[in-house]
Amino acid sequence: MKKRKKFFNTELLFHLIFILLCILVLYPFLLIVAISFSNEKDVALEGYKLIPKHFDLSAYRFVFKNPQSIIDAYKVTTFTTVVGTFLSVILMAMVAYPLSKRDMEGRRFISFYLFFTMLFAGGMVPSYILITQYLHLNDTIWVFILPGLINVWHVFLLRTFFAGIPVELIESALLDGASEYRIFFTMILPLSKPVLATVALLGALIRWNDWFTAMLYINDEKLLTLQYLLQRILMNIQLLQQQGSMSANGISVSEMPSETVRMAMAVIAAGPMLLVFPFFQKYFVRGLTVGSVKG
Amino acid sequence: MKKMPVTKKKERRRRRRWHKNKLQLLSMCTIPMLLVFVFQYLPMGGLVLAFKDYRYDLGIFGSSWVGMKNFNFVLRSNDFFRIARNTIVLNALFIIVGLIVAVALAIMLYDVKRRIFVKTYQTILIIPYYLSWVIVGYMTYAMLNPAYGTINSMLQMFGLNKVDWYGEPVYWPAILTIANTWKNMGINCVMYYAALMGIDHSYFEAAEIDGANKWQVTRYITIPSLVPLMTILTILSIGNIFRADFGLFYQLTRDVGALYSTTDVMDTYIYRVMRSIGDIPMSTAVGFLQSIVGFVLVLLTNYIVNRIEPDNALF
Repeated sequence: MKKRKKFFNTELLFHLIFILLCILVLYPFLLIVAISFSNEKDVALEGYKLIPKHFDLSAYRFVFKNPQSIIDAYKVTTFTTVVGTFLSVILMAMVAYPLSKRDMEGRRFISFYLFFTMLFAGGMVPSYILITQYLHLNDTIWVFILPGLINVWHVFLLRTFFAGIPVELIESALLDGASEYRIFFTMILPLSKPVLATVALLGALIRWNDWFTAMLYINDEKLLTLQYLLQRILMNIQLLQQQGSMSANGISVSEMPSETVRMAMAVIAAGPMLLVFPFFQKYFVRGLTVGSVKG
Repeated sequence: MKKMPVTKKKERRRRRRWHKNKLQLLSMCTIPMLLVFVFQYLPMGGLVLAFKDYRYDLGIFGSSWVGMKNFNFVLRSNDFFRIARNTIVLNALFIIVGLIVAVALAIMLYDVKRRIFVKTYQTILIIPYYLSWVIVGYMTYAMLNPAYGTINSMLQMFGLNKVDWYGEPVYWPAILTIANTWKNMGINCVMYYAALMGIDHSYFEAAEIDGANKWQVTRYITIPSLVPLMTILTILSIGNIFRADFGLFYQLTRDVGALYSTTDVMDTYIYRVMRSIGDIPMSTAVGFLQSIVGFVLVLLTNYIVNRIEPDNALF
């Protein structure tokens, strides 16, 4: 379509910029992986290197010697992600469907009731007191699930999609005597698979990456999420050392490969999902259509 | 519903069913609305704690009223000025840099014609969006670690002195801006790119016939077509300028006290005062100010946009 000038090829320049940016994005990932496969002594002598001098698995060996905390964290995180996302999507769709009907009474009120929470919030302290002092959800698995079930942004996303489903379909079912619940479960949900997938993936990403809830509400070691476990290891290497000294084969604390073990933990905890999410990129991108909140 | 000639009996049955369906619709809303009430509206009520001297043993209702005492205390301390300044300045930096980078990338990506390259660049640039701030904190640590970090190794290679990154607050506004842009540029670029894909191609063809050069096309067609999206996103961010992305500030700085002078923001401060110091009245007072100012800012920016270009306003 466009004629290129011979002496200044902007497209080539743009390619160079993008390649440079891609390197900048990938570099920290490779660095972490490289450190996790490094020899602790090399790190101590020469610092972190993108290409390990000696390929060394001792960090992973150390982590897998006593993997209980990672296994617990994987269990908790998987459970809250799967169950939380499932319940959340169903409940959000249940309120989005009535809101998508132009003739529904009370629609404006309910929309405003939800929208207002996007503008104004009580903040961290009142929520903390409510959850710990009145609802007593702290140190239970439900604190990961209940408070975040309704994401108003996602409700509006669903509403916009539902509103685009042809009215004739729903009306003919209504005339046949179908209940709204029946219509919702047998027509609306199956017709809305793409948007349900989008909302589910966005919700799953939030839950999978959650560390803040655990930091605020969880003291029980068995209920830590993966990200919070990682955070504690980064902030406080002693945690790892305790694990080490507790392990039966008695590695002394000084011998523990702390720098490489940290990064090995990061790879084990974050790696698997990072390989999964990019395959669903189009659903994430679809969820960003901002205009959907209006109306 | 369409009106159709029906007998009275049928009409009555239809109405009853209509009424029944209305109740069903309302019943669908009850559980979600109840959840929103408990987890969103009840904490709003909890903001009254800002005017009370909260004690765990007495609860919200039992604690005594103290009027504006908590606010006097907060506003008189130097902390509040510091965290308010940090929050606003850093967020403003994030908004400006983030916007420029995302729009520039989208425009450049729009010029890349081969699909395979567009796809590849998008996919790679979006990857950081899937990361939690904890992992980004690990990456930052791997680069900035004073003894082993790669940045210090590089500095030494060029004969420069090592920097104690976690002890020098001056560098952190830049570090945080880079990290925030690094994490969000991909997804924001794709968002603007999607908007560009929606431009009517005949504009470009017309410009071509009129002999417009590339810069003129960008200046008069491409950028103006992105303005609505830019406005909406910027209103949203300005409305949230008093709220900080907790993870960014907490994980990347590793909550190191030496960096507070440039990295301590509203949310990290509230958290620390609540959890480490355990001063509930003070942290609620700061939280109260944050909620109110944030609310006013959203309404204000939206009002201004409504006056200028109603189509771009949020509500």
